Amino acid sequence: MTTSSFAGRTTAVAARATELSKIYGQGETQVIALDRVSVDFAQGQFTAIMGPSGSGKSTLMHCVAGLDTFSSGSVRIGDTELGSLKDKQLTRLRRDKIGFIFQAFNLLPTLTALENITLPMDIAGRKPDRQWLDSVIEMVGLSGRLGHRPSQLSGGQQQRVAVARALASRPEIVFGDEPTGNLDSRSGAEVLGFLRNSVRELGQTVVMVTHDPVAAAYADRVVFLADGRIVDEVYGPTPDAVLDRMRSLPGGSPRTPAAGAEGRVG
Amino acid sequence: MFRTALRTVLAHKARLLMTVLAVMLGVAFVSGTLVFTNTVSGALENSSARGFDHVDVAVQPVYQEGKGDRVGTLPKLTDATLDTALHVPGAASAIGVVEGFTAIADKHGELIGGGFRSKGGNYWGDDDPRYPLVAGTAPHGKGQVLIDSKTAQRAGYRVGDTVRISVDGPVLTPTISGIFTTDDGNVTAGGSLALFDTATAQQLFGKPGSYDEIDVKAKPGTGQSVLKQQLDTALPKGLTQATTADQLASDQARAIADSMSSLKNGLLVFAGIALFVGTFIIANTFTMLVAQRTKELALLRAIGASRRQVTRSVLIEAFVVGAVAAVVGLVAGIGIGAGMHSLLGSFGSTVPDGPLVVTPGTVVAAFAVGILVTMLAAWLPARRAAKIPPVAAMSSVHATATTKSLVLRNTLGALLAAAGAGLVLVATTMSGDSGQAPMGLGAVLLITGVFVLTPLLSRPVIAAAAPVLRAFGVAGKLARLNAVRNPRRTAATASALMIGLTLITGMTVVANSMQLAVEKLAASAIRADYVVSMANGNDLSPDVERKLKATEGVTAVSPMRNAISRIDGATEFLTGVDGAAFGELTDLPVADGTFTVGGTTVVVDGDTAEDHHWTAGSRFTVSYEDGRKQELTVAGVYRANEMIRGILMDKDTLAPHQTDPADMQIMVKTADGPGDAVKARLVKAAGSNPAILIQDRQDISDGIARSVTLVLNMLYGLLAMAVIVAVLGVVNTLAMSVVERAREIGMLRAIGVDRAGVKRMVRLESLVISLFGGVLGIVLGVFFGWAAGSLAGDRLETYELVLPWGRMAVFLLLAGVVGVLAALWPARRAARLNMLRAITSE
Repeated sequence: MTTSSFAGRTTAVAARATELSKIYGQGETQVIALDRVSVDFAQGQFTAIMGPSGSGKSTLMHCVAGLDTFSSGSVRIGDTELGSLKDKQLTRLRRDKIGFIFQAFNLLPTLTALENITLPMDIAGRKPDRQWLDSVIEMVGLSGRLGHRPSQLSGGQQQRVAVARALASRPEIVFGDEPTGNLDSRSGAEVLGFLRNSVRELGQTVVMVTHDPVAAAYADRVVFLADGRIVDEVYGPTPDAVLDRMRSLPGGSPRTPAAGAEGRVG
Repeated sequence: MFRTALRTVLAHKARLLMTVLAVMLGVAFVSGTLVFTNTVSGALENSSARGFDHVDVAVQPVYQEGKGDRVGTLPKLTDATLDTALHVPGAASAIGVVEGFTAIADKHGELIGGGFRSKGGNYWGDDDPRYPLVAGTAPHGKGQVLIDSKTAQRAGYRVGDTVRISVDGPVLTPTISGIFTTDDGNVTAGGSLALFDTATAQQLFGKPGSYDEIDVKAKPGTGQSVLKQQLDTALPKGLTQATTADQLASDQARAIADSMSSLKNGLLVFAGIALFVGTFIIANTFTMLVAQRTKELALLRAIGASRRQVTRSVLIEAFVVGAVAAVVGLVAGIGIGAGMHSLLGSFGSTVPDGPLVVTPGTVVAAFAVGILVTMLAAWLPARRAAKIPPVAAMSSVHATATTKSLVLRNTLGALLAAAGAGLVLVATTMSGDSGQAPMGLGAVLLITGVFVLTPLLSRPVIAAAAPVLRAFGVAGKLARLNAVRNPRRTAATASALMIGLTLITGMTVVANSMQLAVEKLAASAIRADYVVSMANGNDLSPDVERKLKATEGVTAVSPMRNAISRIDGATEFLTGVDGAAFGELTDLPVADGTFTVGGTTVVVDGDTAEDHHWTAGSRFTVSYEDGRKQELTVAGVYRANEMIRGILMDKDTLAPHQTDPADMQIMVKTADGPGDAVKARLVKAAGSNPAILIQDRQDISDGIARSVTLVLNMLYGLLAMAVIVAVLGVVNTLAMSVVERAREIGMLRAIGVDRAGVKRMVRLESLVISLFGGVLGIVLGVFFGWAAGSLAGDRLETYELVLPWGRMAVFLLLAGVVGVLAALWPARRAARLNMLRAITSE
């Protein structure tokens, strides 16, 4: 049981991975994506996960967020152990406790901005908390565009809708998968600003995978992965400090596009 | 390039299967139709084919039109005619042909050959070259008959057996004097043939001293046309006609082709519909294929393939698919043709037996349809494929479908639909025959118009379903939005069902209304308990009436006896009835005067009265077929119906003028109403003759219902094809949508929609599209049913529109089932989608 806290920085844990391993294939073709990773994501903290291509940073996020299965170890979101959950329970967990922000926005083109924002609650069949919703919308600055469809919005605006969607249901934890990957630097800075504000002002927990040192510098803490292991971490990072650590990682080159290798062609 | 295309075809087996299936169904339908019609027309040709081996020139009488007071007649071919024919220089021999109806009962008293193919004829002399005897001797007199070897074999008859036969009612029990073989097509097709000596045949068939035809055989060295000229010169001009056997054969072939053409065209319409719908599926499939392969094709372009090469690779793929589907479709089509033939056969012997006919034309049509339609349908997607820029190979962004404006399409559709609806409405105000052509044209225009308008219609109609879908939460809402997302595709998918259901509903509405009208008519106008008639529609001997009248429990009997006459220089049919009993047996509404038939007092129907300007009390002069005249008085004017119309007069007044009276029907009323006992007595009175039908009102209604149901079931069977094609179309569209929306579905799964929710979403979309097509189809069908009915109703007084609500509900349900079934596989696929791949792609 985690105790609810009053202080901004606490030791309460929103998500925890213990001895988490993810192994693809068998025998000679075996690939170890995650090698006994143990990491805590503290409540009310903004954590960035960094690492070179193939380091396992996306896999780590997917496993912790209940999107992917793992080979051994354990993952807890709040006080729920993920390893024992069936697909249906995992889905419900994602629906009720987790918010997602994707690189490619992933909005439904048939729904308006507002409908997209409230979609997770519609799915759950819950009424959104009006006041909270308004404050989230106001924060991301979408008040005038709620009736627009995604195709009528710019990339930055679409990602702001996605941020609002992730925050609107007051999840225990928000996961971002390269949330600024498809944005220009100004829009990217805006989105990262919202995420940081949500942590500072609303006490939200955010975990974000990124390969951009500048983006990582918005976080409170940066966790570095290489070859499926956590190799380093930095609190209160600056872009330069992040870049330095990246350079020192085995095979590390900060601008390598991540996750591309996993993407399906077609 | 060809190898690349071929590899692609084989690389995607599921997709290949679906495309092949779509094309195959179209081909199967077309070739099945052709095989069926060719087989039936082949069998018909054989069954009405008479060998022309024993005739070089046939002499037939020429019908003499009625003139002035003289009734139209058919001149008689007598022994004198035969003699004249035999004595022309080129004639070697001549045979007088007598034909008629002869029912033969098997040993259990059942009719052999089903009535319509129970034929009789004459055996010429002691050695008729037409019918070689295999056993026994030629028949002599009324006590002897010959039967064909097939019938003998079937019923187990042997020479010397007594056989029950009937020509026009009374049962005869002659001895089989011999058994013959014949190549007569009617017998080959399952009929029976009984032969009497010539005099007996003439007497039995009501043609004393005359022949139906005289077949003349030429002397060796004399040509058919020479013999024909000689006969033309020798025989009286204008009364007879000599025709060469060659001419007869080709006339016969043409007549058979004509009689088959309407059935053939009807079936081809269905084939065309299946193909039309199939074309959309094929086009959809290839669109999907190109969309899925954007990257692959762009890569080809990037490494140097020209646009034309890309187009060609898609077309080659289409060719391969088309060719494979054509082969499979042809085989399936032959199966369908054979199946339809045997199915029809099992519903009664309305279709003659015969071997399956697969003409080269059928094969050519199958391949032309399969390959051409597939390539044509693939052509547009192929062009689109060629337009994929090479850079698409590098970029992650899918080439999105351009949403062209629907303005032009909607305008065109509205014009077509309006013109079509207008034409149909105008046609309903016309009289029966003249309205048919504009109505058909209007129907085609309207269907085409609605088809073109379907994308426009999809939004409001599907929006109307929103309240129901709301019950399903997000899945329902997303399903509705997805269904209207690509209106063209939704329209193309729904159209398949729409067209099928339009036809089914329209036909059901007309058939049901018609059936009810006829039943009402049978019930309303007739008070008789039983109507007696011949199974094959032939006339009954007056003898039957006399016997029925004498039966215990019978209170009133009247025949309906046809006679021809001339009145005011026009031909009129007279119906002879028992004047005293007729009023008791029928209940015809009288518009003017009284319903009195007796002596020289007659009643006439409204139409006839109008033609001759008669009212109750009018007097007119009739010229009978024997040339004598009589003055008759109109007692009343009644409203005619399908069964009873024209001039009704007393049969006793008519009798002296008829040489060979025969009854179409006999109406019987009994003291206690219809019942098993009285029916058994009637059957016995009619000689327990299987060829005589004794029907009560229920039997008549059932008979009508049966024939309507048979026709409807056949149509349903044919339209089932359209429904199967529609299912494939929906499957295709959904599969395509699932592929295109992989990313969205992945996102939905990530943010909390479980597998069941995704499945529900796809299924509801499918249901919405199918029901949309179903509703459109049923609405159009009812409209066409109403319109066609108002044309047909002109001729049928009791006709009124009956909406078969039950059936319509079933059809709508069927559309729903189509939707659910079609969604099974795509929904599973969507639910099993790899969520991580979908959301993290690129």
